[in-house]
Amino acid sequence: MADTKALPSTLSVGLARTKLEVREFFREREALIFTFFFPIIFLGIFSAVFGNTDFNGVNAATYFTPGMIASGIFLSSFQSLAISIALERDEGLLKRLRGTPMPPQSYFIGKIGQVLVTSIAQFALLLAISGLVLGVDIPTEPSRWLNFVWIFILGTASGSVLGIAFSVVPKSGKAASAVITPVVLLLQFMSGVYFVYSSLPGWMRGVASVFPLKWLAQGMRSVFLPAGFEVNEPGGSWQLGTGAIVLSVWLVVGLFLAQRVFRWTRRDAG
Amino acid sequence: MENDNAVRVRGLVKRYPDKVAVNGVDLDIHRGEVFALLGPNGAGKTTTTEILEGYRRADEGEVSVLGTDPAHADRLWRSRIGIVLQTSRDEAESTVAELVSHYAGYYPNPRDPDEVIAAVGLEEKRKTRPRKLSGGQRRRLDVALGVVGNPELLFLDEPTTGFDPEARRQFWTLIENLRTSGTTILLTTHYLDEAEHLADRVGVIDDGRMIEIGTPETLGGRGARTARVSWSDADGQHELRTDKPTAEVAALMARFGGEVPELEVRRPSLEDIYLELIGKANDAKSVAIEAGAL
Repeated sequence: MADTKALPSTLSVGLARTKLEVREFFREREALIFTFFFPIIFLGIFSAVFGNTDFNGVNAATYFTPGMIASGIFLSSFQSLAISIALERDEGLLKRLRGTPMPPQSYFIGKIGQVLVTSIAQFALLLAISGLVLGVDIPTEPSRWLNFVWIFILGTASGSVLGIAFSVVPKSGKAASAVITPVVLLLQFMSGVYFVYSSLPGWMRGVASVFPLKWLAQGMRSVFLPAGFEVNEPGGSWQLGTGAIVLSVWLVVGLFLAQRVFRWTRRDAG
Repeated sequence: MENDNAVRVRGLVKRYPDKVAVNGVDLDIHRGEVFALLGPNGAGKTTTTEILEGYRRADEGEVSVLGTDPAHADRLWRSRIGIVLQTSRDEAESTVAELVSHYAGYYPNPRDPDEVIAAVGLEEKRKTRPRKLSGGQRRRLDVALGVVGNPELLFLDEPTTGFDPEARRQFWTLIENLRTSGTTILLTTHYLDEAEHLADRVGVIDDGRMIEIGTPETLGGRGARTARVSWSDADGQHELRTDKPTAEVAALMARFGGEVPELEVRRPSLEDIYLELIGKANDAKSVAIEAGAL
């Protein structure tokens, strides 16, 4: 071969995939509604229904904003990736990609890149609506935003790797939404995204505290709720240290599982 | 080093838990030729092709595609082949032009995306998303994505299934143009006329074995192509096989003193020959089963 041109780098192909994935995401109505706008819609409904009902001293919009932010991160990473990858595997897109010189890592760079872009955009929109429309006080202390950054990163990272791993669970592309959405919904209810967490029964809190969303939501409450609010948490504190550990463990477990179970072809493909 | 063969396979065996899918296949595909792989469903076509494409691993045998064992293929090797799978989904929300340009970005030496879109006849659909394309147009998009990397070897798996006759003709022209540009093509198909039209050589695979390889003109051996002359008279239908059909017709004319009733002279099509080949293989199998040999 006289061909002297080099193969495009993993990073440049990964960035091209990110661009493609983001475009796909924003052009697809279903993903846009059930992943992107879902927490925003719920925040709107909650603040309309509960209005000025008192939640331990704050109004509904203030109380539910951190939960919706956490929920948005989990939807944009876990749900979005688990469903889209299950579909792409079942319908042969992954098989086609595997037959091209696209580096496998570039595919994952594209997926993670898409999660970052969409979850940051979603967060910005949530924050804008909370602050400008619903009159929620947005914190300004740098220490709170520093906490936000690591909680956001740990949350998106663990949600993404778990989503990649979970994409092998649905048996077909058609079943993907039906299998994954209820799992996410259940976790959201148990993790206190839609309720006041401390008002949930103890056994439910026990189950929820095994999974990442509870810790993500608690971490976001620590960032966005007023000082001193942690007395309303079941343990009387934000438990940020425990949260960091649980999320990190899920990140490591997810990384391990994603590498072990990810496949480019359907299960029945031999 | 690489030789004149784009593909070289010796003694290929692939077993699945419930059956032996490929059972000792030998195959050479020369550079620049269109090779058609024919055979009934479940004969081992897809398994063989997927081993050559690097999707599956051989259990036994020697496989070399562009000088490399596909089981150990790297990105550079993948950039030299193109694969058009039987069914595949596209990124459904991107347009034809966006997809072809994106896939071109995977390759070190791609073709010009616009030229590729023009070559597959999708210029007017540049801004259309795949789900709004007809079946034939989607297949042409599949081919565009398969060839945009400028492959030396192209795999086409049943490319025209479900096409209407006109779309098939257009598709054949596209493949002929690729061949003219020097691309080696491995085509699997159910349509014998397609193989006859496009292929330089044809391999017939049945029950995991390559039962015959030849040009479309020589497949089935010398006898398979002999002309059949048929006519009818008071005793009913007659047919005979002959190397000299003109002489036969002349003799019949003389016998009937002019018009020969229901005269027909024809040569078996590739399809007739193929069915005969598959039939013989199955007959041999059932004889063997009856004799308790299997």
